[in-house]
Amino acid sequence: MSWISNTFSSSIGRKIIMSVTGLFLCSFLVVHLVGNLQLFKDDNGVAFNAYSEFMGHNPIIRTIEWVLVLGFGFHIYQGLALAAKNRAARGSNYVSDHIEQNSKWYSRSMALLGSIVLFFLVVHLYNFLGSLRFMDVPRDANGNEDAYGLVVQAFRNPFYVVLYVVAQVALCYHLLHGFQSAFQTLGLNHRKYTPAIKALGFGFSIIVCALFAAMPVYFFFFKS
Amino acid sequence: MAGSNPNAKPMNLTLKVWRQKNRAAKGGIVEYKVKDISPDMSFLEMLDVLNEDLLRKGDEPVAFDHDCREGICGSCNLFINGRAHGPEKGTTTCQLHMRKFSDGDTITIEPWRANAFPVNKDLSVDRSAFDRIIQAGGYVSVNTGGAPDGNEIPIPKEIADRAFEAATCIGCGACVASCKNASAMLFVSAKVSQLALLPQGNVERKARVENMVAQMDKEGFGACTNIGSCAAECPVGISLENIAILNREFLAAKATSNNLV
Repeated sequence: MSWISNTFSSSIGRKIIMSVTGLFLCSFLVVHLVGNLQLFKDDNGVAFNAYSEFMGHNPIIRTIEWVLVLGFGFHIYQGLALAAKNRAARGSNYVSDHIEQNSKWYSRSMALLGSIVLFFLVVHLYNFLGSLRFMDVPRDANGNEDAYGLVVQAFRNPFYVVLYVVAQVALCYHLLHGFQSAFQTLGLNHRKYTPAIKALGFGFSIIVCALFAAMPVYFFFFKS
Repeated sequence: MAGSNPNAKPMNLTLKVWRQKNRAAKGGIVEYKVKDISPDMSFLEMLDVLNEDLLRKGDEPVAFDHDCREGICGSCNLFINGRAHGPEKGTTTCQLHMRKFSDGDTITIEPWRANAFPVNKDLSVDRSAFDRIIQAGGYVSVNTGGAPDGNEIPIPKEIADRAFEAATCIGCGACVASCKNASAMLFVSAKVSQLALLPQGNVERKARVENMVAQMDKEGFGACTNIGSCAAECPVGISLENIAILNREFLAAKATSNNLV
């Protein structure tokens, strides 16, 4: 085995993959959130549809999309593989285990929280990307595909609203551990900067997930 | 008895102890009663009382590891009431005293659980995986000849202190035992950063971290997910900062060493 595959198949190498892809996916969340905030604009989706049209057809965006697919792929595969490996490394369980006295539940539940987010991701892609890419979506007054209309329609369904909100809560806890953990894995732990990284991660998790969760709720109550 | 608390009353306890004949056997919890335990006893002395009882009855005594009973050797490793070295912070099992428990308590006692630490018998586990990790790189090369002058290599006090903090790791394995992933990262990080911080460790610096991490993986320990149970349960307070140092050392070594595998 070459030194590169050796590095990334070691326990620390696998963690580094998790941390780098995790931080990359955090940057994706920011882009996705900023774009989607246009859903709150009271213009019947004119701005959002124009943005959606651009994201769907711009060749640079469509190329970067493959990097995103790889980022998700590595993060999901490595996360599940590590969870299985770590479970096997423990072997048997304690008869009496009070691990809750020395650590946070969401730090211990990253695979479970990630799986909830993964399930949401599949439904989410089916709801929107699937329709936009593979179906005939009606066009708005400007000739753009009416992605806004898809959003309105999807969030009439209370099942989707609940699923989306629950998924954002899971994502929030996933990020509460994951954001600061990614820096620790990269060796970026310093008594001067770590408190700031932890505070930033806390704010990031809460704000990003709260804004995402507000979207289905807003559409269910005000736009359906 | 000098220094003992005159108001302390002897305690009667119920012990739920993990009994396992050998590595291959399937173990299980067996319940015992111990009477007239002095609150001044250490946890291990309480187990001595249990074993005396068992011997008198002609039963097999409970096997458990211990050596110095002063909190420095790292041999005594028991999972007590769901916590490594018991519920007290910053203590080894031998330094845990029975005054921390109350009369009538039920105490569950189990061995460390990790695939890399197989149970030899009852509460005694085989921690030789740690020895093999140390053999893989936890040493420095020194010149032979006369003893070197004590202050020949100047080391700033702050660096010396940080290296010493890492060096306090007694290799007890509480980090592995309390980790949900049975990861040995805190142990390995303490050993790696202790030597990485000092000029004496520079010669083998890159090979050390590469070899020790490779050995750690080979032994079957899990991967760290930065949960922090290890540092919370460490009897000598090794901090998670050491794991960050280990990760840095590993990345730097892999990127720059001449080792092509």
